[in-house]
Amino acid sequence: MVVTATAVHRTIEAVFRIEQARLIAGLTRIVRDVGQAEELAQDALVVALERWPDSGVPDNPGAWLMQAAKRRAIDRLRRGRMLERKHEQLGRELEAAQGRAVAELEAALDDDVGDDLLRLVFIACHPLLSTDARVALTLRLVGGLTTEEIARAYLVPETTIAQRIVRAKRTLSEAAVPFELPRGADRAERLASVLEVIYLVFNEGYAATAGEDWMRPALCEEALRLGRILARLMPNEPEVHGLVALLEIQSSRVAARVGPRGEPVLLLDQDRRRWDPLLIRRGLAALETAERLGGARGSYTLQAKVASCHARARRAEDTDWSRIARLYDELASIVGSPVVELNRGVAHGMAFGPAAGLAIVEPLAAVPSFKAYHLLPSVRGDLLAKLGRRDEARSDFERAASLTRNARERMLLLERAAACARQD
Amino acid sequence: MRFMIIVKATKDSEAGVLPAEADMAKMAEFHEELAKAGALLDASGLRATSMGWRVKYAGEKRTVIDGPFTESKELIAGYTLIQVKSREEAKEWARRFPNPAPAGKEGEIEVRQLFELEDFGTGDAVERFKKMEEDRRS
Repeated sequence: MVVTATAVHRTIEAVFRIEQARLIAGLTRIVRDVGQAEELAQDALVVALERWPDSGVPDNPGAWLMQAAKRRAIDRLRRGRMLERKHEQLGRELEAAQGRAVAELEAALDDDVGDDLLRLVFIACHPLLSTDARVALTLRLVGGLTTEEIARAYLVPETTIAQRIVRAKRTLSEAAVPFELPRGADRAERLASVLEVIYLVFNEGYAATAGEDWMRPALCEEALRLGRILARLMPNEPEVHGLVALLEIQSSRVAARVGPRGEPVLLLDQDRRRWDPLLIRRGLAALETAERLGGARGSYTLQAKVASCHARARRAEDTDWSRIARLYDELASIVGSPVVELNRGVAHGMAFGPAAGLAIVEPLAAVPSFKAYHLLPSVRGDLLAKLGRRDEARSDFERAASLTRNARERMLLLERAAACARQD
Repeated sequence: MRFMIIVKATKDSEAGVLPAEADMAKMAEFHEELAKAGALLDASGLRATSMGWRVKYAGEKRTVIDGPFTESKELIAGYTLIQVKSREEAKEWARRFPNPAPAGKEGEIEVRQLFELEDFGTGDAVERFKKMEEDRRS
């Protein structure tokens, strides 16, 4: 019987995972506080864990959980645990809700759910919060990951994540950040923050900055899922589709990016037959949408275009490097970040020869934020090696190896350094 | 992990009867929910087997057999490909799948988990990797 109970619990947790973001979003609209909304959602889960093993999962579990959470909210109110201000708001909402038939209530919930979820995304990525806090809160509230799962993904103690989330919720609460969709001038900046959070999650999974594993695909999958959700919530935002296109295409390479012993396999060395054609197709479709919506010059869309050049090349030697170089020129004129410049250098190196690449890359040594960035000496080492300047290349690879915090990447770089030495 | 929800054919689907508006709406709504949850990868309905064919193999010998085929329980009429975190989540989505048959009739879906590349373990591909590395080092 123990086994059965566990199976039922797993089912209930799966149902909850599907429902909880919308549940928290809907509850936040009512109680105006993400922290309390999350607690109420958890309370509803506890009730479900008590009841569903006997009653079975209800036909509309989302509405059921919302009802249970609202009942808990009333209980709490009666015990006077909530602030007076929220008391009034909640009282009003609940009075209205109680008067309605369940079917009407469900319909009302469904109507607002999309916007509520989007509000939740925006509040979790609020600029008031540090980047780390935004990432943790988004994964927790929108992604529905547990603090333990987030901690495991980021290789930090669970208490660190838990504290980060608690503090973030308190910050939002103390600042009384409104639960609303940003409008006007605010909107672009807030959307940029949301896209950045999703991209950061993806990148942490795609090229883990620390730890033993080169990639943590679970984070890539989670970021992609968040991106897909966002694309449904904001179907007319070209850059959302641009980001999704970029993530879909990059995800298509996950299986090919890692060798049998867990070592990184670089783009040009990958077995392209292992690329996932479904994800490429989805990525190209998302890219088309972004361009159709007028986003051709958005920074994520431009990066997706670069990714699409690789996706379209059957063999590495078929890559249209001069087009990629042009795309990076355009991207550099818009974004102008040293990381873009570095990639521009790589593209020019491939399109017009290593000397052309080196001319772009070398000035980057003066960029302060690049002093400890392993990819600069890694790229420069590659260009120097191609020019036959092997001593300089070797010392660059060694320096890159000493700078990366990823064990697998360090091994690859040391191998390249050793290869330069052997050719002497 | 990925799962394929396979919709079994019915007499109606095999006869080329298009679903009623109300049934279509339910199906669209379900897929919209999947998409909103970021779980939908792909979905499509299939035309009747009268429009399809089979290839039968006997060693290297192959024979093409045109549809229609009769054993409708073994035939498929559509699929929905989803990506989820657990079997339980896939089961929950499958449980919500609308009856694919016309209202009041019997329908059936079947759910199968896709192989992921890592399920294949060692083999040709791995050998190719090893060779590529050796080539790079030499």
